[in-house]
Amino acid sequence: MASILAVDDSASMRQMVTFTLQGAGYEVVEAQDGEQALGIAQSTKVNLVLTDVNMPKMDGIALIGALRALPHYKFTPILMLTTESAPEKKHEGKAAGATGWIVKPFNPDQLLATIKKVLG
Amino acid sequence: MAIDMTQFRQVFFEESLEGLDAMESSLLQLEEGTPAEETINTIFRAAHSIKGGGGTFGFQELTSFTHVLESLLDEMRSGRCLVTQEAISLLLQAVDVLRGMLVALQAGTVLDQPRVTEIQTQLEALWHGPGAIAPHPPAVLETAGAPALSPVLGGWHIAFHPCPTMLQTGNDPVRLFRELETLGTLTVRVDMTRLPALADLDPEICYLAWELTLHGAVCREQVSAVFEWVEGDCALSLTPLAAPQSSGGVPSPPSPEPATGVEQCTGVERRQPTVTTDTNSIRVNIAKIDALINTVGELVITQAMLSQLRDGFDMRHLDKLRDGLDQLERNTRELQESIMSIRMLPISFALNRFPRLVHDLGQQLGKTVQLTISGEETELDKTVMEKIGDPLLHLVRNALDHGIEPPVRRREAGKPALGCLHLHAYHQGGAIVIEVSDDGAGLNRDKILRKAREQGLVGEDETPPDDQVYALIFQAGFSTAETISEISGRGVGMDVVRRNIKDLGGTIDVFSAGGSGTIFTIRLPLTLAILDGQLVRVGGEIYIIPLVAIIESVQIDTTLIHTVAGQSPLYKLRDDYIPIVRLGDLFCIQQDGGTGSENLLMVVESAGQKLGLIVDALLDQQQVVIKSLETNFRRIEGLSGASILGDGTVALILDIAGLLRLAQYRAGTSIGLQRAETGRQAA
Repeated sequence: MASILAVDDSASMRQMVTFTLQGAGYEVVEAQDGEQALGIAQSTKVNLVLTDVNMPKMDGIALIGALRALPHYKFTPILMLTTESAPEKKHEGKAAGATGWIVKPFNPDQLLATIKKVLG
Repeated sequence: MAIDMTQFRQVFFEESLEGLDAMESSLLQLEEGTPAEETINTIFRAAHSIKGGGGTFGFQELTSFTHVLESLLDEMRSGRCLVTQEAISLLLQAVDVLRGMLVALQAGTVLDQPRVTEIQTQLEALWHGPGAIAPHPPAVLETAGAPALSPVLGGWHIAFHPCPTMLQTGNDPVRLFRELETLGTLTVRVDMTRLPALADLDPEICYLAWELTLHGAVCREQVSAVFEWVEGDCALSLTPLAAPQSSGGVPSPPSPEPATGVEQCTGVERRQPTVTTDTNSIRVNIAKIDALINTVGELVITQAMLSQLRDGFDMRHLDKLRDGLDQLERNTRELQESIMSIRMLPISFALNRFPRLVHDLGQQLGKTVQLTISGEETELDKTVMEKIGDPLLHLVRNALDHGIEPPVRRREAGKPALGCLHLHAYHQGGAIVIEVSDDGAGLNRDKILRKAREQGLVGEDETPPDDQVYALIFQAGFSTAETISEISGRGVGMDVVRRNIKDLGGTIDVFSAGGSGTIFTIRLPLTLAILDGQLVRVGGEIYIIPLVAIIESVQIDTTLIHTVAGQSPLYKLRDDYIPIVRLGDLFCIQQDGGTGSENLLMVVESAGQKLGLIVDALLDQQQVVIKSLETNFRRIEGLSGASILGDGTVALILDIAGLLRLAQYRAGTSIGLQRAETGRQAA
């Protein structure tokens, strides 16, 4: 089954995302900020990255940029979780190499629908 | 898939409250003008997370409030809105409002809506600039666009020409086609004109383009939504197709409404009256758990070794057995230490609220005070921590109210206008020491002495040394403040502080230098779960007396026992008369001897009152693990708990304060009275 790296500094969001994804049969690796996520990504290959934007240490945008620089993450789908409906955050993310985004607040069904769309 | 979102709420509440604490302490560090980036980012992130979580977990009230807060913070972050003292104060109030909302939501109680609205309006005013209160900001949430349904009946012709680099964002054209297929009947035609010869082909580049035809009643927004993520990475043109009128109608499969999901998301699930899941939890560093697991692992090995030894044991293996038992002892001790360390939390948990408190109180009192905290990583038992909060709070308030002078007075005294308050925690031996020091006016020796003479605590002609004078402030009902302020109240404080600390098995001392400040030193045991005890024998029973309560033990001289009619006997200890209690009589045990000359007198103290306990013998001093009597049996006056000794017998731990009460009750009169009388006798 596909594996997903879920990055969020909020424990409740991580819990919700992980619970939902595991319930749908995905394997989930958690990270609580960009730095930790990058560390995990450097040694592991996942099928999809799901990242929050606002995080301490390394934010989501910087993480996306750093991931795209890794050879084995060049084409991996990366989705941003963002409350920012403001277009500039999405554009920043896109420019850094994000595949797409999910706008918060979302419910588990929306999350799964989007993930399925990307992972097929 | 139906997922019960309420299960994540507890975590959300916990982390949000933590986020608010972080936000508060960052706000207090915030300086006027252009804020430090990391500080303002931390504040922003806390608001942002609460907003996001609030929406996800169904707390609309939180979301709309934090939205305004977040927008304002964003303005500040980008420097479009200046950080002023008023703004900081308002933001701090917003933190309070949020905290109140979270607590109310958690407990399922009613929100303080007028207050929420008041602060929200003020935040909005600040956000939009003074005097320019804009119309209420548009709906907070962008609900994932429910398409305005005006479908084109025939369908669409889609020309899709990706940029060569589109693949590098992880977007796969096949995924887009798959999604389009869910909307209607799709025909895909690929345009390979840009495809180079194999030798020149760069596999990472997208050379292909597509012409798509989508039949069905689909509206433009639905198609655009599919291509939303690749907008800007491709050239896309949509042309509506003519409606298929005569061809019998392309059976357009009823498109699975993308709006169904949205429906659920905007319909806020109503809270059931929340079951308060106040789990009284504790967060433990992973390293501590690992150490614990490691120790348990070693214990298992030792156990395996010992049970191996049991099979076919003979005397030749005695050494091995001894080794094994030594190892077991070591493991047990390590296990005990690891478990104890889990209950230990850094004292910052208790000290964290003070920056805010000092900030607010300082403003209220018109004093400028700088609070420094050091040693906040010092660890302390959780139970002790919970109980030390109030006494500390009292000391800090006192220091601000009575200790540190107003700026004018400070300047007159040749001190900097900025007052200093210092909280310092450190370990010393088996105890933790917390110092609360200020550089204020210090204690006024003359005033205390005058007051003490008025109250008859000190004789007119006595001139006790400084430390005894200062210790008078811990007497009940003693206050030298001329006016009773709302902040530190009247003199019911310091005696309560001392009593609370004594209840924890600790002590408090005060040191003051007139004119240059006061230092309160609190000493607390590291834990309440283990006690340093003196084992004593009374008849055939063993009792434990807390070591901290013991002053001395003396061989009884029966000539010094005085019996006053109707009162418990008194013992003349040097110049003092102290009431004495035969523990055997109290507990109905046959004690050694009858006259008392064979016995020992243990002089113990609680809350300044001394008591002599007649025991038969002094045994070991050792650390004992306290077991609660109340949970295992029932509460018994005079006993604070029980412990299990090495030989498996249960020994009861004496509660000195309770024994004093018992002694008073038995004598039918108050020991305080006796003391006064004996004091007169002695004088």
